[in-house]
Amino acid sequence: MSGPREVRLSTTPPREVVGNLRLGDIVYLDGLMYTAREGVYRRALVDRANIPMDLPSESAANFHCSPAARINADGSFDMGAVTATASFRFSEWLPEWMAKTGARLIVGKGGMSSKDYRDYFVPNGAIYLSTVGYGTGALLGRGVENVEAVHWSEELGLAQAMWVIRCSRMGPFIVASDLNGDCLFERENARIAENVARVYEGTKPAVLKRYGETDDRADEVI
Amino acid sequence: MIPIQLIKETAEALMDKAAIEIPQDYLDGLQAAAETEDGDLSSFVLKAMLENYQAAKEDRRAMCGDTGVPRWFVKLGNEARIEGGMIALESALRRATANSTKGVPLRPNRVHPLWRTDHNNNVGIGAPEIEYGFEPEGEWVDLIAVHKGGLFGTDYRMLFPSDGIQGIKRFYLDSLMAFGKRGLACQPAIIGIGLGGSKDICMTLGKRASTLRVVGSRNSDPRIADLEDEFKELGNSIGMGAMGFVGRNMVIDCNIEVGYCHTGGMPMSVHAFCLSSRRAVARIHADGRVSYRTNPDWFTDYQRRETIDWEPVGDATE
Repeated sequence: MSGPREVRLSTTPPREVVGNLRLGDIVYLDGLMYTAREGVYRRALVDRANIPMDLPSESAANFHCSPAARINADGSFDMGAVTATASFRFSEWLPEWMAKTGARLIVGKGGMSSKDYRDYFVPNGAIYLSTVGYGTGALLGRGVENVEAVHWSEELGLAQAMWVIRCSRMGPFIVASDLNGDCLFERENARIAENVARVYEGTKPAVLKRYGETDDRADEVI
Repeated sequence: MIPIQLIKETAEALMDKAAIEIPQDYLDGLQAAAETEDGDLSSFVLKAMLENYQAAKEDRRAMCGDTGVPRWFVKLGNEARIEGGMIALESALRRATANSTKGVPLRPNRVHPLWRTDHNNNVGIGAPEIEYGFEPEGEWVDLIAVHKGGLFGTDYRMLFPSDGIQGIKRFYLDSLMAFGKRGLACQPAIIGIGLGGSKDICMTLGKRASTLRVVGSRNSDPRIADLEDEFKELGNSIGMGAMGFVGRNMVIDCNIEVGYCHTGGMPMSVHAFCLSSRRAVARIHADGRVSYRTNPDWFTDYQRRETIDWEPVGDATE
């Protein structure tokens, strides 16, 4: 068994390079990447604060992440482990964010839906990279060559702040969407669903139902 | 008398160990899983996780960037005495949690539910949780640090006696399916099931079953132990592996704990202790000795007692 294909990728990748990536490829990143989640989105898109980076020329990689890190008394940073947070919660922000910042690599946990990919990832030439595990916090931490800056930590707190990190072969990440708008996780769900009826054989639904219950195990209920 | 300074120092060491060192029992379980895994992607994921634990130890770096929500379980021998009393103990554990959040560093995950206030130290109202247990003999105190993943993989349902084992299986599978997709439960994990108790105790039992029992342990009731084996195999027959990819390893082990409940009901909870099964334990003796281990050994015969008074086996009469 050869295993998945491994690729090194710039955090400001040309469109054609992004287009060549396939679902399930393993990616290692080089260049600047910034963290942004609901705090940063709200501050930039609702409060209209000026984004303190030149995007996308400095970085087209948005990491859904709050690192385990500290700001030292002398103003320097220590970053230990780095792991992503679940991305599905950010779909309300991402279309506007991508249009504004030109982000092409959305890096996080668990991916988005194929509808998200088709609606605004593909038109923006963007794909989704998922962290592995989750999470390989120590391995990803090793890929942080330097913490270049932390913005808005006063306003948003350490967990929600905009951390700017320089990546050196940072990874592994898995390609979870492509420029066709296909979704790796939905592909896997469909394969697993073929077997599920057999596993449930003999079990029975609860006597007392709950609101909103579905019996279709192909559904995602989160 | 156990010195309070020793408690604080030991608690800080435990926070560090829990965040960085994967417990051997879980590591053995995951290695065994990696050997049987034949899903292309899930196999890659398990290998990456094994490398990650190694990197964490070598670098003294937290194994996962989401360092979870730190919590404490404290067990006291009946004759244990703490310098300054229990208020001093709680203060020491809160102080150690704050210091280690900066020291390791850990992610400051704890915020106010409404105002989202973050003290940047994992301390706040009700945080960290501190729970207690007691044992009939001893002058020692056991400190157990657990950094439990926070968001996904836990559910509760009030079942009824007529739901039976098949209803329990259904809810178990539903929980694994719901939280396993896209790997949100961070599986393969130690799955804890709580059966019985009142609603809050049902959740407590399940959480403790996942976090305070080691891989390979079995309930002292042989019929429950059989269920644990059966449920482990059932979870692994779904065809789902790490990250929700096609695979054969979802459950590293399944632990079930029970408590007496209302005669009309059969409450059930399911908990997943994630790929970073972070727990570390120390026993502090009255003479100042400290011994570290990874098995909390929480569920003793005393914790599972059914009788009014405690009558140790073989020592019932005087």
